[in-house]
Parts: sequence; structure tokens; C-alpha cells
Amino acid sequence: MKKNKTLSRDAVANVIFYIIAVIMIILVVYPLWFVIIASFSNPADVANGEVWLWPKKLDLSGYQELFKQRMLWTSYRNTIIYTFVGTLIGLAVNIPAGYAMSRKDLAGKKWINIFYLIPMFVSGGLIPTYFVVKSFGLLNSFWVMVLPFSVSTYNIIVARTFFKSSLPETLWEAAQIDGCGTFRYFIQFALPLSKAVLAVIGLWTAVGLWNSWFNALIYIQNENLQPLQLLLRRILIANQSLLGAATGTMAQELRQLSDMMKYASIVISTLPIMCLYPFLQKYFNQGVMIGAVKE
Amino acid sequence: MKKTKVTAIKKSIPLYVLLLPSAILLFCFAYLPLGGLVIAFKKYSPALGVIDSPWVGMKNFVQFFKSYQFPITIKNTLILSLYGLVVGTPLPVALALMCNQMKTKMFKKVFQVITYLPHFISTMVMCGLILIILSPSNGLIANIMRLFGQEAPNLMGSAGAFKHVYVWSDIWQHLGWNSIIYLAALSSIDPTYYEAATIDGATTMQKIRYIDLPLIMPTIIVLLVMSAGNILGIGFEKVFLLQNTLNITASEIISTYVYKIGLQSSQYSLSTAIGLFNTVVNVIILLIVNFIAKKTTDTSLF
Repeated sequence: MKKNKTLSRDAVANVIFYIIAVIMIILVVYPLWFVIIASFSNPADVANGEVWLWPKKLDLSGYQELFKQRMLWTSYRNTIIYTFVGTLIGLAVNIPAGYAMSRKDLAGKKWINIFYLIPMFVSGGLIPTYFVVKSFGLLNSFWVMVLPFSVSTYNIIVARTFFKSSLPETLWEAAQIDGCGTFRYFIQFALPLSKAVLAVIGLWTAVGLWNSWFNALIYIQNENLQPLQLLLRRILIANQSLLGAATGTMAQELRQLSDMMKYASIVISTLPIMCLYPFLQKYFNQGVMIGAVKE
Repeated sequence: MKKTKVTAIKKSIPLYVLLLPSAILLFCFAYLPLGGLVIAFKKYSPALGVIDSPWVGMKNFVQFFKSYQFPITIKNTLILSLYGLVVGTPLPVALALMCNQMKTKMFKKVFQVITYLPHFISTMVMCGLILIILSPSNGLIANIMRLFGQEAPNLMGSAGAFKHVYVWSDIWQHLGWNSIIYLAALSSIDPTYYEAATIDGATTMQKIRYIDLPLIMPTIIVLLVMSAGNILGIGFEKVFLLQNTLNITASEIISTYVYKIGLQSSQYSLSTAIGLFNTVVNVIILLIVNFIAKKTTDTSLF
């Protein structure tokens, strides 16, 4: 009798959980789906609220206008280059540091730890950092987007935790006896055994770079160096019409068209990550888990 | 003793080489700017440079404390971050507890993929999305309300609505992702606890209440301490992008003010002083919260 009661209560709890889950799925998916279908629909129908589940009167005018913008191609190319180079630099800088910090025999470990942790909590702030970047002559340069802020203490900790837990101490001892030095060991043994953490940190860095714009806003004035996200700012946020001014009925049409450009620009800037993500989800999750071990 | 230290250092030289690139970058772009903080106590003039500009003591700080922006920015910053903390802490925990109970593997997986998805949308696109969906003339919300014969409110043009838009859009975007860490903690719970509880006739809700929740409490506290330490440091990006002249009274926060004073009106010293004040308060709060957590629950960050 008692057991039956427990079972039925559990069934009720379960049903409630699934209902909540389905509602959440709809809340997440529908706005994203709406943006996609709106971007392919007739501008007037979108504006009048007649697009709900499927694209209406297939229309690519938003994309056409967007693709006409020369800046789109420049900034898209810039973002791809920043993401690629920045990810390589991020890996080259953070992974060796993580490895070094994972070694038990690192002399002065305590002080090194403190040196790396302090910047997590205190920073010079906007203006002093701006002055430093300026004095290095990095304003309006390609490198400011990929080099100065590539150190990530968090990623170093993730790498350190990974090396500590997955590289057996005995491997290093055995290698040492065979006359293998630190560098050779790091390149020939440690790196090949840590593809998972390379993937995790590489992916995180890449997504961060793809989505970043603050540094570009502060340090880059040259239009030809601007990343995609800053062009999006002009289209999405500043509501700057890239289409020119008009009056009367023309104005309404232009406004609708600029809305279509918004939908289209969201789709083309976000699609690469959205499409790749489900296949890479495993790695993203792993990263959070490795990071959590430390705590 | 001394000799062993020297050999230990000598043996570590290759490791130092591996640390070198990141250490140099940190020194240049994290530590050198800390030195630049002195201009918070100076009247900086570009002609004289950082070193030769005259000292003014605490004048810049006093100017900020006396300005009418001081109470407004502090209040707005606190409201946004406390509201975010109050809503944003329990919800991911609840989601993780719920997700942990799902027995259908396939459904659970799909559910996770979908709820994590928005996390990867850039702040820029997220803000664009908020603006077009909330647009009172032809946004999605307005269109839905029109179906029911209602007129949509102009949420982005209202100072009172700003905090709700800010916090709940954040929940929409990061709820799933923020639950991962709790799911990880839940997956490490010894299954024998559940078996014992089942034999004793515990319901699902009882298992959550008496096994899951107490065992992930340390994780919750560590994350809470970390976010409490950042209470005055909420993200510049999203607030800055959602700000407009209509909601500015609710959306001017310390970091956006630092940006405007510093880079738009070139009051370098004042801007740096405000930023420094912000950092100091953050560190103090972090230490206090960490101390309290240590004393009361034995869990802490350090």
C-alpha cells in the first residue's frame, strides 16, 4: 500500500518535470525559430505579424541588402582571422602554462600561483589599460585583437587540473630516467595525451573571440579592421540605416527592409556556432566538469 | 637547505620557459595597468604624462561621491546584480535537480542540447534579439499580444521594466548552461544513497530534498561566493547595448559611467578613480562573503 502511494507520487513528479521541460524547450526554440523564418519571409507580412510557424511568401530581400554591404564581407573575414589566430595564440600561451603549473617539482609554485590569480580579482580598469595598450603602439592594429588579452587564468587552471589528473606521475619519472627533458616530454607525451583539454580550451577561446567586440570598440577605429560583431551593432542596436533615408511610404518600406536585415544578420552571424555546437557539445561540457573538479 | 632550493630552481628552468609567454603578457597587460591606477590620485594631463601630472590626493573620489550620479549608478548596479543573483542562483540548481531525474536518456540529451544553445549567442546578437522581439510596433511579443486584442508596452523605453528585461533575458540565455556544474556535482553522488532511500520508501521529492540538495550545497556556496565578489562588477556589455535615453535612469551603472566619463568625455583621472573604487569594493565584498561562508558552512573559495 505504502509502496503504491510512493510510486504514484513519483509518477506525478515525473509528469510535472516533463511538462516543465517541454515548456522550456518551446520558450528557447521558438524565438530562435521565429528569427530564422522571419528572415526568409515577406517584409510586410513579418511587420504585420502574419508569420508564425513557417516562412511566408519566401523572400530573400533582407539577405540581398545585407550581402550588398561591402563592410559585411570585410568584417566577416576579419572575425574569421581573429578567431583563428587568436585561438592558436590562446592555446600556445595557456596550455604550456597549465602544464608547468601542474608539475609538482615547480619551484616557487606558491608565488607563481598568486601572480596568476591576482589579475582575476583586480584590474587596472579601462583607462590605465588603454594607456598601456597605446604605449605599446597597439591601437588600431591587428594584434590588439588577439595578443594582449589572450592569457586566461581560468583556462590555465582547467589545463592544470586536466594534466594533474590524467598524466600519471610515473610516466614523467620513467621518461626522465630515459633521459627525456621537460620540453620533449611536454611535446611528445603530454600534448598527444591531452587532446580533450586542447579541444575544450580551443573551442571556448574560439567562441569567445567570435563573439567579442568590446576590445574592438575601445582599441580599433579603423573600419577595415572591425569585427563582425561591431557591424552588427550598427545594424541591430544603433538602428543605423545602412540603406539611406527616405520619406512617406518609401520610409515604411525601408524600415521593414532594415528589420529584415536585422533578422538576416542574426542568422548569418550566429549560424556557424549554432550548427557546430550540437556536435561539439561533449567538449564544452567536459570543460565545465574539469573546471569544477578544482572546486 | 639553500643548496637544494637552488637545484630545485635550476631544475625548474624549463618549466619557467613554458610559463614565460603568459607571464610576460600578464605583466604587460594586467600588472602595468595596475601601476597606471596612480592617475586616480592625480590630475592627469596628456601633455605632462602619467608621472609628471600633479597629485591631487582623494579629490577625484570626492568628486564622484558628491556627484548626483553616485547614488544612481550604485543603486542601479546593486539592483541589477542582486536581482540577478536572487533569481539566477536557485533556478539553475532547480533545473539540474530536475534534469537529474529524467529517466529517458534521449529526451534528456535533447533537452540539454537545446537549453544550452542560447549560451553561445553573442551579447551583441542577444541584445539585438531583445530589441526586435520586444519592439512595441511589430515585435514578436507585440504581435502575440495583438492576437488577444492587447497593445504591447514599450518595455525598452521604460526605466521600470529595464531590470526585468535584463535579468530574465539573462536567465533565458544562461539558465541551462549554468546548470551544468550542478549536474556534474549530482552525477558524482554515490548511487547507494538512492538505493537505500528507495528501500525506505522515499519519494522522488524526498530524495531531492534530503540527498541531492545537501550534497551539492558546497558547490552552490562556492559559486555564490564567486558571484557575490562580483556584485558591483556586472557585465558592461549587455547594459551598455540595451541602454537608451528613455531607460537611462535605470540603466546607468558604474561600468557604463566609467566608460562615458573616461573615453567619451576624456576625464581620465575621474574615470580611473571610479573604476578603482569599484574594484576595491568588489574585493572587500568577496573577502567578507568568503569569510562568512567559511565560518558558517565550512565551504569557501580560499
